[in-house]
Amino acid sequence: MTDLPASKVDLKSVLATPARVDNSEGMSYLQSVPRRLVTLYLPLTIIVVVLLFPFYWMALTSVKPDDQLLDLDKFNPFWTWNPTFKHFHKLLFESYYPHWLWNTMYVAICATMLSIIASVLAAYAIVRLRYKGANLVGGLIFLAYLVPPSILFIPLATVVFQYGLFDSPLALILTYPTILIPFSTWLLMGYFKTIPFELEECALIDGASRWQILVKIVLPLAIPGLISAFIFCFTLCWNEFIYALTFLQSTSNKTVPVAIVNEFVDGDIYRWGSLMAGALAGSLPLVILYAFFVEHYVSAMTGAVKE
Amino acid sequence: MADVALPRAKPQMIEDSAWTRLKHNRNWLGFWFMVPAMAFLIFFLAYPLGLGIWLSFTDTRIGRVGQFVGTENYEWLWDDSIFWLSVFNTLLYTTVASAIKFAVGLYLALLLNENMPFKAMLRAMVLIPFIVPTVLSALAFWWIFDSQFSIISWSLKHLGLINQNINFLGDTTWARICVIFANIWRGVPFVAITLLAGLQTVSPSLYEAATLDGATRWQNFRFITYPLLTPIIAVVMTFSVLFTFTDFQLIWAMTRGGPVNATHLMATLSYQRAIIAGQLGEGAAISSAMIPFLLAAIMVSWFGLQRRKWQQGENND
Repeated sequence: MTDLPASKVDLKSVLATPARVDNSEGMSYLQSVPRRLVTLYLPLTIIVVVLLFPFYWMALTSVKPDDQLLDLDKFNPFWTWNPTFKHFHKLLFESYYPHWLWNTMYVAICATMLSIIASVLAAYAIVRLRYKGANLVGGLIFLAYLVPPSILFIPLATVVFQYGLFDSPLALILTYPTILIPFSTWLLMGYFKTIPFELEECALIDGASRWQILVKIVLPLAIPGLISAFIFCFTLCWNEFIYALTFLQSTSNKTVPVAIVNEFVDGDIYRWGSLMAGALAGSLPLVILYAFFVEHYVSAMTGAVKE
Repeated sequence: MADVALPRAKPQMIEDSAWTRLKHNRNWLGFWFMVPAMAFLIFFLAYPLGLGIWLSFTDTRIGRVGQFVGTENYEWLWDDSIFWLSVFNTLLYTTVASAIKFAVGLYLALLLNENMPFKAMLRAMVLIPFIVPTVLSALAFWWIFDSQFSIISWSLKHLGLINQNINFLGDTTWARICVIFANIWRGVPFVAITLLAGLQTVSPSLYEAATLDGATRWQNFRFITYPLLTPIIAVVMTFSVLFTFTDFQLIWAMTRGGPVNATHLMATLSYQRAIIAGQLGEGAAISSAMIPFLLAAIMVSWFGLQRRKWQQGENND
């Protein structure tokens, strides 16, 4: 009990070291250009190409006509001169895809909202109210983050069944917060600590209640932290697979990742185009969200909070 | 939560109703602020965790409430060669993938920390494999590793290196290499970006001083970067090992444990046994068997961190 909070603080301080202004020019000017080409640009190019190639391949496959996909002798597989949107058309108008996209969005937004509300309250209480046992509870919440879904899905399936939630989006909305709350609480705790306590003291003296302080003073100042938490939770929900696979059954209720794996995989031999179109379309919302909020995302991930 | 104490009934000089005092009692307030988070974690995490361990001692099946059978499930698993194969696979997968993720991630972080044009954009691009849902990128790998139309086989054939298509996901050794590769591909960005955040907290003046003293690049890394980065390395690798060990989705999307169980991890095997075959009790025993491994991983990093703290004094807070 005494060790727990200590280690938690330690882990947190490690991750929460603010990423400083980048001043790593260092002594790179000492290196000659050819040397930099070999030691820096060449390996970097190789790694980046390997990291991004699957997406190129996904995108290319999704716009290739079927005959070119499967005939590697007549056509150069790395490019196509006759892109087609047939696969996307099929996806959007002849399958449940829009349905799945909607389900995923709906589940992700509801679960994220619930988790953020719960985390804001918990983080505020742990950091600012400092009630008895706050450190212990903080440590337990951190431990909860380390409990993986692949241990929980079997008992949760029976629980979900008992509560009559099987095959309903509500099952996911209620179970995802167990993955999201630990992380966002942890993130928001770091954030709340950076808000000067004097502001709250003044408000307390003026007779504001804790609730008023939270809503009117702390939350407006913590908006960047809330955005980080939101994006990270949303990404985790979108990415979640095992609960969605276990708790949902009917085709129309599925989320994008599960649906694509289960519904497109069997059947006709020309499925690759649709499959890759589906994978691409399912990734795009996250990539777009990410593109707008890279900074927030990175800070959420490294636990560092800039500004 | 046992700490929630009601306000002590102490005679007050000031006119103060019990209700007002209660409203300002931080323990009482703290309790109410914690309720939503705790409710989720108790009902959907702590309770299922206990239930899972209980289920592993029963013969529950889908649609039938089980009886307590003692350690029968575990005895059964002890003699089950597929279970041991999955344990071996999981350990192999975790060790190899984590080690390579760490090496490549650290290398990439060091590269990205150099000064160069388009740095911010490059860093953002590197992280994309981590953003895209695992299953969807696993499908891309599935297609890249297709037995007939694999682009890798095609390229190698055209370079004259091989004559026949490689049966990537159909051959036990190749299948293992492929899933490990996909896992590394997905994990490297996380390791790299987190270590990069750590690298940026290292003051460049340390390197300047060391270089003036005649330190080589390797010495710079060994005696400055590495020691200062150790705490963050411990955290990143704990997460990396935990998530690799309990991985499910990548395997499920790429191989479903095949060929001939060569890529079954403990997580996929427990899904197979519990949900597909309906043997909830046995599946729960397999996933409960993961707990000791996870505890060990957590302990290692925990003590690793404690040692760091002791070496540095208490100044890393």
